[in-house]
Order: sequence, then C-alpha cells, then structure tokens
Amino acid sequence: MAARVKIPTQLRAATGGVSEATVEGETVGDVLDGLFDQFAELRERISDEHGGLRRFVNVYLAGEDIRFLDGIATSVPDGAELTILPAVAGG
Amino acid sequence: MAAEKLKCKECGSEYPLVALYVCDRCFGPLEVSYGAPIDADDVAALRRRIQAGSGDMWRYADFLPLAGGAPGPSNHRASRAGVPAGWTPLVRAERLAERLRLREVWVKNDSANPTHSFKDRVVAVASARARELGFAALACASTGNLGNAVAAQAAALGLPSYVFIPADLEEQKVLATGIYGTNLMTVRGNYDDVNRLCTELSAEHDDWAFVNINMRPYYSEGSKTVAFEIVEQLGWELPDRIIVPIASGSLFTKVHKGFREWIDLGLVTGREPVMHGAQATGCAPVANAFAAGQDFCQPVKPDTIAKSLSIGNPADGPYVLELARRTGGSVDAVSDDQIRAGIALLAETTGIFTETAGGVTVAVLEELARRGEIDPDERVVLLITGDGLKTLDAVRGSFRAREIDPTVDSFDETLARAAA
Repeated sequence: MAARVKIPTQLRAATGGVSEATVEGETVGDVLDGLFDQFAELRERISDEHGGLRRFVNVYLAGEDIRFLDGIATSVPDGAELTILPAVAGG
Repeated sequence: MAAEKLKCKECGSEYPLVALYVCDRCFGPLEVSYGAPIDADDVAALRRRIQAGSGDMWRYADFLPLAGGAPGPSNHRASRAGVPAGWTPLVRAERLAERLRLREVWVKNDSANPTHSFKDRVVAVASARARELGFAALACASTGNLGNAVAAQAAALGLPSYVFIPADLEEQKVLATGIYGTNLMTVRGNYDDVNRLCTELSAEHDDWAFVNINMRPYYSEGSKTVAFEIVEQLGWELPDRIIVPIASGSLFTKVHKGFREWIDLGLVTGREPVMHGAQATGCAPVANAFAAGQDFCQPVKPDTIAKSLSIGNPADGPYVLELARRTGGSVDAVSDDQIRAGIALLAETTGIFTETAGGVTVAVLEELARRGEIDPDERVVLLITGDGLKTLDAVRGSFRAREIDPTVDSFDETLARAAA
C-alpha cells in the first residue's frame, strides 16, 4: 500500500522543498512514520512528545479529517491522498 | 504601542511582520506582539488622543498592527480608506434585564457595521495590512458574514476579491455578497471543507491576501476594537461579564486580549471580565469540551440554524477553554428553538433584530440567568455580532400578520377578533 502525502509550504523547509511524497503504510500512523523516515526533521514539527499529532496539525485522508475516521489508526487505501495542513481559525 | 513582530502562541518563536500565520517549528498560530507599553503617566494623554480620534475603529489605530497608522484622509489617501467600521452603539437593555431579573444588561450592537456584522472590523485591519504588504487581491473562507465584509471592502478599495462559502448558506448572505462584484465560489461542503480548501489555495496564490488565513494575525487583532469600544462607551470602565458567540473562537480570545491590553496599560482599572462563550447545540465542539473538562476540542459535523457559528473544527478552541476557565466563565450551548426564542426576546425588548448567532448569545444569557450564575448586581454585556436581515428564515412563521380591507370597519373587526 502506498499513499501520496501532500506537504504544506510551512513544512517544506524540513523536506528540502519537496511538496509531495509517496510513502508505504497500512494506516495513517504507518504512513506518517514512513514520512518521518524520509524526512527526519518533520517528526518533531508535527508530532508531540507522546507520538500523537500536535494540536494545531490537521491530517486529511481524501479530504476527510482523520479525527472523523479512526485517527492515526485509520487504514489507508492504496493510492490514497493524505494532506497535512495547519489548523486555522476562520469565520 | 507599536507592533514589533509575530510570535508563536505555542512555542514563542518570533517572525517578522509579514504574511505568515503558522509557526514553522511547531505549527502553532502566530500572533502580533507589541513593544513595551507606554509610560503610565501618559494614560490621560492617551485617553484624550483616543477621544479626539475618528468616529470609527481607527480611533484605536495605536493598538493595531498597521505600520502606517489608520488608512484614510490623514495620510492623503482618502479614496483608499475603505468602508468605515466600528464605533457601533452600546445600548442599555433595561427591559431585557428586567425580563431576566438582572440589574444591568448592555447590548453591544455590532450589526450596525457597514455590512451588518462585526466582520467589517477584522477585514478593515486585514485589508489595510494587505495593502501595506502589496497584495493584489483579497480572499476569504467564510460562513457568510466574512464574505459580505470582504466583498464590500474589496469593492471600496478597488481590489479584486475571491470569496469561498459553503453552498448551503442563507440566500440573504449570498445575495448581499455577490452584489459587490466579487468572485463568489459556493463550495459543495461545510465550512470546514471550505477552510481546508482555502488553506491549500493560499499556498498556491501567494499574491492573494486570504484575510483569515495568511493575514490572520492582523485580521484577528481587529476584534480587540470591540472591547476597546465597550470600555470607552461605559465611561472607561469594565463590564463584570461578557457573553460572546463562538465559531472559531477568535473573537472570544481577541475581545479578552483587548480588555487585557487596556488593563495592562492602565487605561482602565479593575478585574478582567468573566468570559462566557455561546454555541449552538448543533455545533458545540467548544461547549462539549468545556463540559467534559477537556483542553482540546473534538471536531463535529455542524447541524444548526446558526450557520455563521457552524465551524466544527474551531482552531482557537483550546484558547477559549483556557480563558473561560481562568476568568470563571463558561462555554454553553443552546438548541435551535432556544435560538429562535432568543432572537424574538432581543427584538421585543430592545428593538434590535439579530441573526441566529445573536439568538445564540441571548439564549445563553437566559440560561446563565436561569441557573443563577449572574449576580443581579453585575454589569453584563451581550455581544450581538450580526443583523437579523441576514437570516430571515429563522423567524419565518414566528408571528402572524392580519390581512384587512382598506376600511375602518374591517380594521376594527379584525382587531376585535384578534383580541378575543
């Protein structure tokens, strides 16, 4: 299983400018771990000290917030698109 | 008080005053940070300077993050001043207070802004800063009121604009936005989908000022002016309590910041007001977290008539929870029926017709009064953020008009029948 992960501009300094990566993994957590293997610096930017996501990080699987699915345990279909975005208040 | 830098609210990292909104290091939100407060001896002079200022929110330009101060005639750019926002009425609501068995209730009627909601304040600051930074267009993700304000401001300033709203919004808000000649996109999805899309788009269009995304640190500061006005209109005094509607939570945190800044400067003395947040039961991620004693918000899928508050994933939620608890306040939620009743109660007792968000705020005040949480001697301010003409469906069928022939007899008979 491989997912395409879209990386927001704010994190591209940690990926050498790369905006999209293909990562293997069964679940969102696996995919993120795979992503951190490729770009080690990303881990501390979006993960908290307990291995969860920091509170202002939103992750979407095919446009749906993973908190409406099974969080980082959500299974990732082959070829799915995972998007990482900063939480931003609106109105 | 000059703006000096942007600072991450989570980790404290500092950035220059440009169009950034997220900390590169920890993804936390950035906020404008100002230089050291002026000397306390200057307080009287500062008050006089404010009072001699313009009759709109630019009288508070000293406390806003604009390098060039207030846009407008003072710098010979009158045509570039945009729509004048702020300095809306603060009215004593005696009959509302009586109905709720409270002593002193005031209504800050922010529907008296140019596009009939408080959003004109935040857009005024964001668009003025966008011009200073050389942006070519204004844009926003909106639950309706913000779209109104951005479209109007862009028209006034002669800038192109792009407004993104959920496709199921109230017709009044759609019509009152499109008329300004904006590029209006109705997105198949809820506000949180619109917000996600715009967050992605803002990275693709770096010459657009998305007022509530890349301009967010400047935009949100505009909400402080509500607090400044309340203090000034109360004769340089603080309210004991304030009820604020919550969508993303930004208004709530910035109203508090406004009070705090003026207390710190010595412009007003007293205790921080107790802060109450108001949500609809059909979209209550912050009220749910408050009730559960959590410090984070589990997102929800909104389902309420209060569409201007329909943000299921409120980014400022954690800060709202912290402030509500610290000031001894709360975050409460009310049903759609309570919201309709709240709209009617405010209209009948004050002559102010508010949209559904205002109904939420009034209904929460009723709840607090009923629970006995408000000491009858306290001074309470109710923040009414938008006009009832924006959400007419909410009041449809709530009263009956009587059709008569154009004769005195017909009128007399009908009135007698109605009274019977």
